[in-house]
This record gives sequence, structure tokens and C-alpha cells, in this order.
Amino acid sequence: MTSHEKGWKEIAPAGVCSKSTTSFLTGDWKTYTPVLDLEKCTRCLLCALFCPDGAIHWKPDKADIEFDYNFCKGCGICANECPTKAITMKLG
Amino acid sequence: MKSITKQERMALSGDEAVAYAVKQSDVDVVAAYPITPQTIIVEKFSEYVANGEVQTEFVCVESEHSALTASLSASVTGARAFTATASAGLALMHEMLFVTSGCRAPVVMAIANRALSAPINIHGDHSDSMAQRDSGWIQMYAENAQEVYDSIIQAFRIAEDLNVLLPVMVGLDGFTLSHTLENVEALTDDVAKQFIGTRQFPNVLTHEGKTVPFKLDPENPMTIGPIALQNYYFEFKRQQEEAMENALSVIQQVNSEYAEISGRSYGNGLIEAYCLEDAEVAAVCLGSTAGTMKTVVDGLRQEGVKAGLLRLRTFRPLPVEDIRSALGNVKAVAVMDRCISFGGNGGPVFHEIRHMLYDVNPRPYVVNYIYGLGGRDTSPQELRTIYEDLQRILQTQRVEKPIQYLGLR
Repeated sequence: MTSHEKGWKEIAPAGVCSKSTTSFLTGDWKTYTPVLDLEKCTRCLLCALFCPDGAIHWKPDKADIEFDYNFCKGCGICANECPTKAITMKLG
Repeated sequence: MKSITKQERMALSGDEAVAYAVKQSDVDVVAAYPITPQTIIVEKFSEYVANGEVQTEFVCVESEHSALTASLSASVTGARAFTATASAGLALMHEMLFVTSGCRAPVVMAIANRALSAPINIHGDHSDSMAQRDSGWIQMYAENAQEVYDSIIQAFRIAEDLNVLLPVMVGLDGFTLSHTLENVEALTDDVAKQFIGTRQFPNVLTHEGKTVPFKLDPENPMTIGPIALQNYYFEFKRQQEEAMENALSVIQQVNSEYAEISGRSYGNGLIEAYCLEDAEVAAVCLGSTAGTMKTVVDGLRQEGVKAGLLRLRTFRPLPVEDIRSALGNVKAVAVMDRCISFGGNGGPVFHEIRHMLYDVNPRPYVVNYIYGLGGRDTSPQELRTIYEDLQRILQTQRVEKPIQYLGLR
């Protein structure tokens, strides 16, 4: 227990989240990181559809695909689904 | 002091008394799945819905696990929610019972207490709810259909009290209460509605720094009951224990306020002491057995036996101080369990009563009677033998068998 953690009389009931879930970065859970080969990628966006964490986005400003490593947990579903094998899972 | 209001006398079974009380409680959502002997509650209430007599959203679900999940989900959005089950249905709810109390959702649930399989048995005992005693729910057990009605009305007040915010289960003995017609006095709709009032919410701080009511609301997004690991889980459990402690006084308060409008009260709401002031021998029991037991005590009193009865109306939270003071002068106590705790050296009520009397000086003899499993009838003659055993213990100053099975062949 660290000193900044609150006691039972100081916290809201039922574990009420006082912050948005987007402020809890879960990307550091991963063991493998997906790496996209833009040469092979056809921008079909199947990976974005399959991503269970919604961590693959189409960025209109860049007009390209982007992985959000703050929330990617490295499950590898994108790499498995990619029809052109443009995604490889790298350790670390 | 309010005056006792006009009431309507009706012939209702325990199950119908539940449905009628829920009808008057301005409930937003009922999600339930039928199971004997609770079925009439669901049937009767769905009639009210079909006839347009209530504005309640009735959710037909595919299982009891879903029934409680739907009730809990409605409750955390701020709705008043009710469900009912029994036996295997309650067992199937097991997981969600803990989620409901952990989310501090004041769901009210009627349990038509019934035995658990196998062998299959649809009749009354307390095995189902006793198996859920550590699930964080307030547990109350009614003696008759009138108390069933009154307890359901009271349960919403208790559950939704801001110092409590815990789900409440009200137990009615399967068939003995659930299916037996009795005269029941009901409050008028207006009086019942006014007594329960509208649901209030405590305030919590959101991530935007706003203070908002504790409920799911798209205008004020929050997450209720998310993950809490080594660093916070323990603190939330301690809060639930505090809520249980608070419930002890809230139940008493609601019981006495209810007495003012109805003329009916059940002891102090937690326990009912019957002929205990000068009792030397006493029994402790829950539910409908208390009605038979009172007749037995009356008979013994006429014969000059200083017999008494303590009916435990509220089992969770356990009213330790009230029980200790009520049994303070009793020399021999028989605790009755309509439930068996296999390999546990006695039933659950016995364990707890004996535990709390350990520190009483002089310590009374405390023995256990397991009885009425699977709806086995328990006669006044059999109940009388309990007091005869207690008198023998006092005469011989010796307990031969601390745990006995009443009515077992």
C-alpha cells in the first residue's frame, strides 16, 4: 500500500470510476507488438474491424491506417486476419 | 405520531401478498423466471402488467442468472427493481448476488424458501437462502402472509436507504406461506406509495469533477463495479460491511415507522422476543415455525414452565446485541435450523447464536435441532419435546446430544 491510496471511508461506493476508461492505458499489457508493413497493406481495414480493443484507426488527416499502441494488448488477431500478411507480431 | 390508516382485508397466499406489495411499491422493472413455489408471484404480477394496473416493465428472461442480471442492471440506472426466486433458481443466481451487493444495487427479492436437489424436492426449507448468507444481501424471514406483505413494502425502504444501499431478500417458507391463504391487511395504494417514497441517490464525484447522483446516466458517464484489485478491492468490501451495520438501525426505524401507519410491528424489526423476559428455557427459530412455536410456548406457560421463543426476523445483518440481551437470562437455548450444513457440526443459525453467547456470563447451554428438511411437517408435539429436552438439561446439568434431528425416522 502506498500512502496516496485512499482509505475505505474516503472512496465512492461500488468502485465507481472517477476517470474515463480512456485514461487507463492498457497498452503495456502486451508481450508481442503488431508491426505493419505499409508496402504489403492494401488498406482493406479488416484488421480494424477485428481488433477487440478498437486500437486500429483510419486517420483521415494522414489518409492512412494507424495502430494505437496505448490500447493494443498484442493479441495478434489483426495479424491472423490480414489477407496480405502485412502484419507481423514482434516480441517486445 | 401518525394515525393508523384505513386498510383493506383480503384473502391472499404468501406469494399473492408479495405480488400485491410489489404492485403498490411503484416498481419500475420486474425481471423474473418462474420456479415452484415462487411461481404465483410472477404469474400474479404479470397479470397486473397485462391488465395495465402497473406501469412496470416486466422482463421475461431465460434463467434466474439473467433475472437478477436484468434487475441489477435496471437498479444501477436508478430504477426500482424487484425479482423473486427459490431453490435452484437462487443457486443459479449465486454469482450475480455478489455483483448486486457489490454494485450497491438496492434490488428487492422474494425467496419462496425451498429445498435443494438432489433428490428433487419442491417443499419448504431454508437450504437455498442459507447457502447465500455471505453474498452481501440483507436477509429477512417472515412468519406469516401478513408479514410477507409488510416486509416487502419495508424492504424497499431498507434497501434504498442512503446509509444502506444493499439488496434485500425476504424469505417466505415454501408452500407453508407461499401457497396458504391467509387474511392479509393491505395499506391503500397511496399510503404504501407514500411510505416507500421515491428512490434517492448519494452523490459521487465524476472524472469531470462534477458531483452527480450515483446511477448510470448518459448525461453523467460513470462506471459502477469495475475492476478493483489488490489495492482497492478490500476497501469496497469493508464499505459493504459498514452498510450492513447501518442496516441494523434502519430496519428498526422502518419497522417502527411502519407500525405508526399500519398498527403492525415485528418485535424491533430485527428480532421478536416471545415470553422471554423471565424465560429459563427458550428456542430460537426463523420463519413460519415461529407461529407453531408460540402456541407450544403458550401451552407450556399455562403449565408453569418458564418457556420462551426468540424469532430471528433479520438474519443478515445478524442483530448480535439484540439477541444477546434477549437471551441474557435464559439458561438453556435450543437453536432450530431448517437447513443442514454438511460436515459443519450443526446448522448455520446454531453456529452463529452459540458463537455470540460464548461471551455471556453465565453462559447458557446451547443445543441445535435440525428439522423440517424438504417440507417435513413439524408438529406442536415434536416442538414441545425441544422444551422438555431443555428442562432435562437444566435438571441434569448435562448435554447428551448437542445436535439433534427433529422428526427424523
